[in-house]
Amino acid sequence: MTVRIQTQDFDVSTELAALHANNLQVGAVCSFVGTVRNWSKQEPNAKDIHGMTLEHYPGMTEKAIEAMVVQAKARFDMFDAVVIHRVGALLAGDQIVLVAVTSTHRHESFQACEFLMDYLKTQAPFWKKEHTAAGAQWVDAREADDAALARWGINASNAGG
Amino acid sequence: MSITIRYFAGVREAIGCAVEAWPADAGVPSTAAGVREALVAKGQPWSMALASDQVLRIAVNHQIVDASQVVAAGDEVAFFPPVTGG
Repeated sequence: MTVRIQTQDFDVSTELAALHANNLQVGAVCSFVGTVRNWSKQEPNAKDIHGMTLEHYPGMTEKAIEAMVVQAKARFDMFDAVVIHRVGALLAGDQIVLVAVTSTHRHESFQACEFLMDYLKTQAPFWKKEHTAAGAQWVDAREADDAALARWGINASNAGG
Repeated sequence: MSITIRYFAGVREAIGCAVEAWPADAGVPSTAAGVREALVAKGQPWSMALASDQVLRIAVNHQIVDASQVVAAGDEVAFFPPVTGG
């Protein structure tokens, strides 16, 4: 398992190649990349976002993600996973997060990848602050993300406290 | 030995510091909720940032916990808003 929190960008091809380089049993590599949108639905009116700042809890964030990967491995027939999450100042269009999973067949890696993202959205200590022409403000957690995790049978309320 | 208290994101900004120590000679509250209440009792800015109507999550020693979690001297207790990564 590879878990990295970093300010610098990442290269998806390099990370995916490294993820399955030493395992010829891998038949599926599924990846998700999250990027910075330039608009938000959080306000009644969409707003222009030119960038965001991401904060994390050094020490805890890494442990929380490693625990998620352990859970994913217990749940799905998968080989390995890489999770990279950027922190610090990001601009619209920048990559924020990479989650990628290897497995024998596609179904398991698709599922594990989605499970890891649903988990990360509501359980990993990261906070986004959006920067717009009107100023900067912290992003509110979404109850839809709690619902996404609940589909996996895990009830952990984030947005609702 | 005291409790280390950390704040993140909007809570950190509202309180104006990222980390502080709960002094050992003040006695250590026995639960995470007790730590929160003791901080609120200090007045502003804690009383607003950590008020009971603020939706916050609590971690003790890097694990997200319920407010009833027991805490002891040497623990690290963190207060932060719901998470918004990914």
